[in-house]
Amino acid sequence: MISFNLLVLVSLLYVAFLFIVAFVAERRAALGKTGWLRSSAIYTLSLSIYCTAWTFYGAVGYAARSGLEFLTIYLGPTLVMIGWWWLVRKLVRIGRAQRLTSIADLISSRFGKSTGLGVMVTVLAIIGITPYIALQLQSVTQSIAVFAAGSGEVWAQRDLDGAAMWVAIGLAVFTVVFGTRNLDAHERHDGIVLAIAVEAVVKLFALIAVGIFVVWGVAGGVGATMDLIDASAQSQWAPSPSRWIGLIFVSGAAFLCLPRMFQVLVVENSDERALGTASWAFPTYLMLMSLFVVPIAVVGLDLMPEGSNPDLFVVTLPLSEGREGLAILAFLGGFSSATSMVIVATLALATMVSNHIVAPSWLTSRTTGAAVSGDVRGVVVASRRIAIGVIMTLGYIYFRLSGGGTALAAIGLVSFTGIMQVLPAMIGGVFWRGANRWGAGAGIAIGFAVWAWTQFLPSFGIDGVISQAVFDNGPFGINWLRPHALFGIEGIDPLVHVAFWSMLLNSGAVVLVSVLTFPNPLERLQGAQFVNVYDYSSDARAWSQSAAQAEDLLVMTQRILGSAEAQTVFRAEAQMQGKSGFLPDVTPDFIGKLEREMSGSIGAAAAHAMIGQLTEGATVSVDDLMAVADETAQIVEYSNQLEAKSAEQERTARALREANDKLTALSIQKDAFLSQISHELRTPMTSIRSFSDILRDGEVDGDARRRFAGIIHDETNRLTRLLDDLLDLGVLESGQVQLNIGEGTLADVIDRAVLASGIDETKVSISRRANAEAVTLSTDMDRLSQVFINLISNVAKYCDADEPELRIIVRPMDGQLAVDFCDNGTGVPQESQSVIFEKFSRLEDEGKAGGAGLGLAICRQIMTAIGGGIAYLPGQGGAAFRVTIPTD
Amino acid sequence: MTQAPPNDSPPKSPIKTGPRTKFLERSNYRQRRFRDAARWLPLFGAVFMVFPLMWPRETLDQSLTSSSMIYLFALWVILAVLAFVLNLVLRVSDSIDGDEGTDERGSE
Repeated sequence: MISFNLLVLVSLLYVAFLFIVAFVAERRAALGKTGWLRSSAIYTLSLSIYCTAWTFYGAVGYAARSGLEFLTIYLGPTLVMIGWWWLVRKLVRIGRAQRLTSIADLISSRFGKSTGLGVMVTVLAIIGITPYIALQLQSVTQSIAVFAAGSGEVWAQRDLDGAAMWVAIGLAVFTVVFGTRNLDAHERHDGIVLAIAVEAVVKLFALIAVGIFVVWGVAGGVGATMDLIDASAQSQWAPSPSRWIGLIFVSGAAFLCLPRMFQVLVVENSDERALGTASWAFPTYLMLMSLFVVPIAVVGLDLMPEGSNPDLFVVTLPLSEGREGLAILAFLGGFSSATSMVIVATLALATMVSNHIVAPSWLTSRTTGAAVSGDVRGVVVASRRIAIGVIMTLGYIYFRLSGGGTALAAIGLVSFTGIMQVLPAMIGGVFWRGANRWGAGAGIAIGFAVWAWTQFLPSFGIDGVISQAVFDNGPFGINWLRPHALFGIEGIDPLVHVAFWSMLLNSGAVVLVSVLTFPNPLERLQGAQFVNVYDYSSDARAWSQSAAQAEDLLVMTQRILGSAEAQTVFRAEAQMQGKSGFLPDVTPDFIGKLEREMSGSIGAAAAHAMIGQLTEGATVSVDDLMAVADETAQIVEYSNQLEAKSAEQERTARALREANDKLTALSIQKDAFLSQISHELRTPMTSIRSFSDILRDGEVDGDARRRFAGIIHDETNRLTRLLDDLLDLGVLESGQVQLNIGEGTLADVIDRAVLASGIDETKVSISRRANAEAVTLSTDMDRLSQVFINLISNVAKYCDADEPELRIIVRPMDGQLAVDFCDNGTGVPQESQSVIFEKFSRLEDEGKAGGAGLGLAICRQIMTAIGGGIAYLPGQGGAAFRVTIPTD
Repeated sequence: MTQAPPNDSPPKSPIKTGPRTKFLERSNYRQRRFRDAARWLPLFGAVFMVFPLMWPRETLDQSLTSSSMIYLFALWVILAVLAFVLNLVLRVSDSIDGDEGTDERGSE
């Protein structure tokens, strides 16, 4: 049998080795060589502190008692990790953005940096975790006792207590040395993380080694082991569905809420990608840890004497088979599991105590304000060290009180369901902006009460704290408050009972109270930051303009971060603002940044309170929030305005283009007009000149001379007419026409026009209706008849029907008088309808009608001048013009 | 040790503005679906973990321990392998991060 002293020596060497590992890691980190220290592999291994001595020893005991049910404890975290995209990734992102230091900090920070909530979570964690720490001490001492017994010494309870005390002291020293060495702006402990990574390897290696030995060395292969498993009466597995599902849920929830898990999962995380690796590597680790548990349990039950403790099979089996080296390895594995858990759990709890209980109360006890000189870090570090000592002492006291008799698994589950009460507040806070601190507080309080009443207090045993009478009849005879039958529903498994009722009432309270109460502005700000952590590129401001001086802030920051770090922060900010020196302008953004830096050291609530002292409470108000929202709105507004402006410019440009096109077209028209008019003038001039030349030469007889003179006369008339028309058009177009307003009936005007047009009424039949034309008009009669003459003579000129016919239809229309002139010719082709009112537009070959194409243009100008209009009327079975005349 | 604060960039507007696109290019679309797969995996895993409870037993205390054990460990390995594959193809932090807000964005 190996000597007990050898075991002690091996343990001490192992501990010394861990010290060296942690020391080297700290040194490397201090030199900035953090490369592989923060690798995904180290990160994944550090997560293995989930597997404590409760796993290493307890899982085998659990399997020996309840078969495969022990697997639920590892299936829950497996689901959480492979589902990291849901929650863990978000937690890590939030943890980085908000510089979270613990799970209490998460809850406190999310709900308006509330000190009260931080205290609540801290207290809950201490009550929940202390038994768990005691459990680790117990498992270490029990395994030492096994070896002591093997070497011939029988340990009394006193010796166990002594060993436990020394283990506790050793762990406390380790935690103090590597956990509180520096007050970092980022709560990362490279030394501790590396040490627990090494321990993770040791425990996995040890358990697998024992497992391989048991399966192939003792049982005789896989097949034989399987037969043994199925034959073993005690591992009969009759699963209860509610317990199976309930335990998977509880373990998954605890995995997220345990302070030590939050520490390694979120706080110590330095790279989000490591999470991806852990998402498959950690489940694999858990699977390997669980792989040999059932074989060890079954073989242990088979070989070990009746009544031996199954929790210790991992050590006692190799010992009984004479494999002392393996037994020592197994012992070291168990030792690693216990110590790594205790170190991280104690550190996490101490951080919570110092940040959420000591720092705030210290701050309020000082009335001098935060700007006095002197290093606060001393206080924080000292409080953390003391807290480590106190927590370890509490664990030790619990160990002494509980007497070390309870099965390991039971204690672990009590712890799990206790700490799980943070879950609804956490989930609510991360996914629901409406969750507020009243709701979170109510949920945690109710959950805690239910847990304490139905599980924690009963765990001390019947008549331990709660008497048998209360179990049977409820407190004060209130039947529905019986600890294992709340609301009178009996027969539920106690663990499912506590998990179900506490979660139901807890989350119910979170939702109900949050809905009914109103959060303060800081909470709403933080809520938005947490829930939409992927959307926010930087922190929204939590401070408004304040009276704080940069120098005061520097003094205060130095006290938290140390002078070097604080000066670096201040100088960086000053540089960013474009100033030299160490004192930047105190902007809300800067104060927010400082607060974040400080909260990395002392927690969000304390940092907020310290800044609050300097800024004289000029914290964010609803108005400030509105202002921030307004700024955003203004930006949006501005960009909208820009858009509108550019649209307007587009419109202007289009209008300018159109105007330009019109001008170009007008210029072309003008050129065309000039050439047209020259042509029109030139044709008669040419014939006049030629005939006058002939006459001047006098070589023609009288008859021809008369004819020639007639031609000259006609051409001159034509020229005169053309010039008259041109003059007329010029006057009308310039708008300088003098109207000669007179009175008369429409019938008179038409009569006159028919006569003046010289139309031959035997060739063209004109149909009129006398009574419609009996309308008295007050307008320029001469001009109006000029229009009518033009239209009527056009019929004579252009109507190509065999029996030309003109209908003159008069009807009142829209307060005006419409006079339609319709013939029965072919009319005006559609493509020409738009141009017939333009100057010099003629439809057929010129000369036939003898006009210059000005008639309709003049008509239009006249009608415009007297306030009416003229338009071509399509679809009347011929050419049709409508003249509208204003009536009074 | 000293690390520069992560938010050294000039202050930006607290909320990313800009239109949310309806259609993504192929690779981003694929990423979104991988993320969906990453979200579904634990849900399916949970369902499969409950299966052994529903296996028929001839007698009430017939032991299915060894077969259940093999089943559960096989499931465990499959889940780990799937998570491994997903981790290979998933890009943890990239530009389409903020845009996925449709399902993660809370409202007050």
